Amino acid sequence: MFAYIVRRLVLMLVTLFGISVIIFVLLRIVPGNIVDILFAAAGYVDPADKANLERELGLDQSIVMQYLHWIGGLLRGDLGYSYVSEKPALDEILPRIPITARLAGLALLFSASIGIPLGVISAVNQGTRLDYILRIVSLSGLSLPSFWLGLLILMASVALFGTMPIFNPNPQSFGEACAIYCVPALAVGFRSAALVMRITRSSMLEILRQDYIRTARAKGASERAVNYHHALKNAILPVITVIGIEAAFLVGGLIVTETVFNIPGVARFLVEAIRWRDYPIVQNLVMLIALVVVVANFTVDMLYAAFDPRIRYTD
Amino acid sequence: MDAINYDTELRRAGAHSTHGWRKFTFLAQRHMLGTIGLVIMVMFVLAAMLADVICRVSPLTVDSAHALSAPNAQHWMGTDSFGRDVWSRIIHGARISLAVGIGSTALGSSIGVTIGLASGYLSGWVDLVCQRIVDILQALPLLVLALVMAAALGPSLPNTIIAIAIPLIPTVARVIRANTLALRELAFVEAAKSIGMSEMRIALRHVLPNTLAPLIVLATAQLGAAILTEASLSFLGLGIPEPYPSWGRMLSESAAEYVRTAPWLVIFPGVAISLAVFGTNLLGDALRDILDPRQRG
Repeated sequence: MFAYIVRRLVLMLVTLFGISVIIFVLLRIVPGNIVDILFAAAGYVDPADKANLERELGLDQSIVMQYLHWIGGLLRGDLGYSYVSEKPALDEILPRIPITARLAGLALLFSASIGIPLGVISAVNQGTRLDYILRIVSLSGLSLPSFWLGLLILMASVALFGTMPIFNPNPQSFGEACAIYCVPALAVGFRSAALVMRITRSSMLEILRQDYIRTARAKGASERAVNYHHALKNAILPVITVIGIEAAFLVGGLIVTETVFNIPGVARFLVEAIRWRDYPIVQNLVMLIALVVVVANFTVDMLYAAFDPRIRYTD
Repeated sequence: MDAINYDTELRRAGAHSTHGWRKFTFLAQRHMLGTIGLVIMVMFVLAAMLADVICRVSPLTVDSAHALSAPNAQHWMGTDSFGRDVWSRIIHGARISLAVGIGSTALGSSIGVTIGLASGYLSGWVDLVCQRIVDILQALPLLVLALVMAAALGPSLPNTIIAIAIPLIPTVARVIRANTLALRELAFVEAAKSIGMSEMRIALRHVLPNTLAPLIVLATAQLGAAILTEASLSFLGLGIPEPYPSWGRMLSESAAEYVRTAPWLVIFPGVAISLAVFGTNLLGDALRDILDPRQRG
């Protein structure tokens, strides 16, 4: 077990290193850097000024030197400076994390609390009209783009209340805080809820076919006890995996939803930084996302072993 | 793991004939939702192919006198802020959406199959290197990797296809590798080896065709994901550039500001995206049940 964990941690580092190289190179093959964009906006360009600015930002060095400079800083906790705001990248990124984390947490909460019960209901009533309807609902949840769902919610809010929810960093009341976070979280979480429901359903169906379930029925256990006590306990494992992986992959939904609702979180910040060619922000944010994904995957595997004593990691 | 004989399975399920059209109608009756998905997909393909016949107005014709008009007899999905016909843009948008969806799925799958087959069949250091590449590609969410790729390559149709294809590779590679590992141990591979077939030939002629069923199932699911990702990229302004009528782009033009004044600009493109993805999802589920019964749920 210990050897397995060590091996996994080493592989995690290899993956993160690979990501850092790929992102760094990708960003530098983009035609036009921040200097070009700034000067294009200014109109007349003095080549000497341009060269000065490029030197100041370190863009005149070779790509290898630039990479080493970035990674060296990263290991010391120095993420460099944003090209756009000229503030330390860390100060730009850190305050935005709690906003996105709250949204992601709420979205996951929704997806588990809606997805798991509906998945169980669907599986227990397999083949009935109810099951059919629930399956169609879950498939449509996987088909709706979350930014469109967000726009529809905004439209409904305009029609019902005559106004749109506007993000406020310091909500005055608990109700306002709920409105600010829950509504976008619902837009993001709908897709995850649909996914969780699908996995719960197929996992439950798999378990319900097993011998020990028949034994439980034969000894006279109630339908309720069989479904929730015996079956769900074992069916929940794949669901945990999906929720864990989804926790990291929610970022995709958050990017578009934060854009729709104008929420100043890290996900929308990534898009803005990409548009501005703000390399220090983009590369650090991508590393942050990769770190979250890799850690989430690792945690899921460990949880799996903790929940299911049959699983032993040996290597 | 044994290879599945679909015709035997069909007869066991009660099919009278396993030939051509009869086989199709039998399957279609048993998979109603899948048939609906197929119908939706056929509709989109027809819309894409016949776009110029279906629409009288070009999707690019600017008519500022009739900008932002609500749905009416002449423009029955209304017009956008440039006075372009929304119906025509949606029908022509099917072309973009399908081109990106099919293009990136095909590209991603072929690279993924190559990596997966090499990785599973050759094992050793090839496997090790391929698996690390897969790990790296898989450590970033689909949209994040596509965003960075799209920004790096610049906005254009082929670049959008590439940007979406790359993040699709790891899942295909994983599935094909797992299948290849299992197939490699089967008797027919051993038989092929004993008659002196080359490794390359065995991998391509005997192992590859047997991974087709899971590949088709996966590719259908990825088609939906690719269409959604294109819509998201274009929505964020990093996908298909103007003046192409992309559904995602239409939503970004109309986002938030038109929610109050021109709801038709928000509703119709979103319906188009959702319907296309819904169709692929329905079809994908049915194909999974038919081709890969072990995963049935």
